[in-house]
Amino acid sequence: MPEVIVNGQPRAADVLPHTLMVAWLRDGLGLTGTHIGCNTSQCGACNILLDGVPVKACTLLVAQAEGHEVTTIEGLAGADGQLHPMQEAFRAAHGLQCGFCTPGMVMAGIGIAMRHGPDVSAETVRHELEGNLCRCTGYQNIVAAIRAGARAMAAAGLIAETADAAL
Amino acid sequence: MQPFELIRPASVAEATAAFRGDAAFLAGGHTLIPAMKSGLRAVERLIDLGSVPGLAAIGVESDRLWIGAMARHAGVAGSPVVRSAIPGLARLAAGIGDPQVRARGTIGGSVANNDPAADYPAALLALDGIVETSRGTHAADDFFQGMFATALADGELITRIGLRLPDRFAYAKFPHPASRYALAGVAVARFADAVRVAVTGATTGVVRWQAAEAALAAGGPLPEALDHPDLAADLHADADYRAHLAGVMLRRAAAA
Ligand SMILES: Cc1cc2nc3c(=O)[nH]c(=O)nc-3n(C[C@H](O)[C@H](O)[C@H](O)COP(=O)(O)OP(=O)(O)OC[C@H]3O[C@@H](n4cnc5c(N)ncnc54)[C@H](O)[C@@H]3O)c2cc1C
Ligand code: FES
Ligand code: FES
Repeated sequence: MPEVIVNGQPRAADVLPHTLMVAWLRDGLGLTGTHIGCNTSQCGACNILLDGVPVKACTLLVAQAEGHEVTTIEGLAGADGQLHPMQEAFRAAHGLQCGFCTPGMVMAGIGIAMRHGPDVSAETVRHELEGNLCRCTGYQNIVAAIRAGARAMAAAGLIAETADAAL
Repeated sequence: MQPFELIRPASVAEATAAFRGDAAFLAGGHTLIPAMKSGLRAVERLIDLGSVPGLAAIGVESDRLWIGAMARHAGVAGSPVVRSAIPGLARLAAGIGDPQVRARGTIGGSVANNDPAADYPAALLALDGIVETSRGTHAADDFFQGMFATALADGELITRIGLRLPDRFAYAKFPHPASRYALAGVAVARFADAVRVAVTGATTGVVRWQAAEAALAAGGPLPEALDHPDLAADLHADADYRAHLAGVMLRRAAAA
């Protein structure tokens, strides 16, 4: 049976070929932190990491991830419960209100930090959030959280001190 | 989504051999999966090109940059080869959709789909592109045949795209603020012997803009607006607005 590594664990993907990743994560594995917002590839509430890179789980078949690594919001914190630096930055900067968009924002934020490094500008963060919608916050604190999270990721050695800006 | 049989071929030959009946190739899935989810498209067999090795290679051969059909938008945007051969093309790829779309979408899928507001088709036309397929080659000038229509036959698989190395290339687009697709996008490629200009978004399918080519070649005044019988018009922008916007994008691309 095909396998996908979800949050570090190999999981048997016993699903029909047309099963979407977001449906399997939520309904099959009970990982409901990955949200369905638009379900039309626009809002980013469903973002997960596929081999470390943010992608929309509503626009990915489980079969396309066979043999690959998927990380959901549940898999970011350490085994001891310590939050990932990007999660901690969202908490500290109050980067959320209702929290619906937050798992996808955190994933997008990790991608931004990986591509642009710890000194990413607010303008770049705003531009790079094109694929994420928030109906509550007005984005101000989300942008602040992602910038703080990027610095914290560099301090924790999760990203390099400089990164390539063109991706 | 309507159920389908999924095929995971290990080669281009296996992929094309598996194509029969109501089938489709799956590349990045960022057009096809939304279309299947919304019921616009239903297939019985889906042939996943993600399992075919070697389809994402990027390299320069004599006077062309070749990009494998499965090269993702982010891969093209970040490729040192593309950035040094045709930097404006790397910038074009970096402006498609959003980062999550760029992580999955491919050049082959974009070209095969020929959305009238997509970015790559304009680059292919301006850069005198060649579409290499499982059956042969198509010149970009013959390949794009209006809204969502191409020269591809059923089961014909794009393997790579060849772009003639220009002296200069620039693409300017006015993105729709929600979808990021082009309301109007203009690509300008200058070669020693020619200037080629292509427009996307403003018409019902990507087109060359001969009046702009002639003006750039002669160093004369650029057309103010696009004059074309098939201007696009919808709730986002009417035909006059798009024609004008194409003129603005032409100036930006020509000045870049
Ligand atoms: C939110 C969002 C925003 C977007 N914004 C933009 C934008 O700003 N500009 C833009 O240009 N595009 C945009 N796109 C489209 C995106 O670039 C798609 O990825 C692209 O159009 C299709 O590529 P794909 O690899 O995802 O193809 P798929 O969806 O997998 O396939 C598309 C079609 O091409 C066929 N096909 C795929 N590969 C091949 C091949 N090698 N040979 C023959 N046929 C093939 C498929 O059978 C299918 O019919 C956006 C998409 C989304 C979801
Ligand atoms: S639910 Fe996937 S992008 Fe909105
Ligand atoms: S916090 Fe409510 S949608 Fe973003």
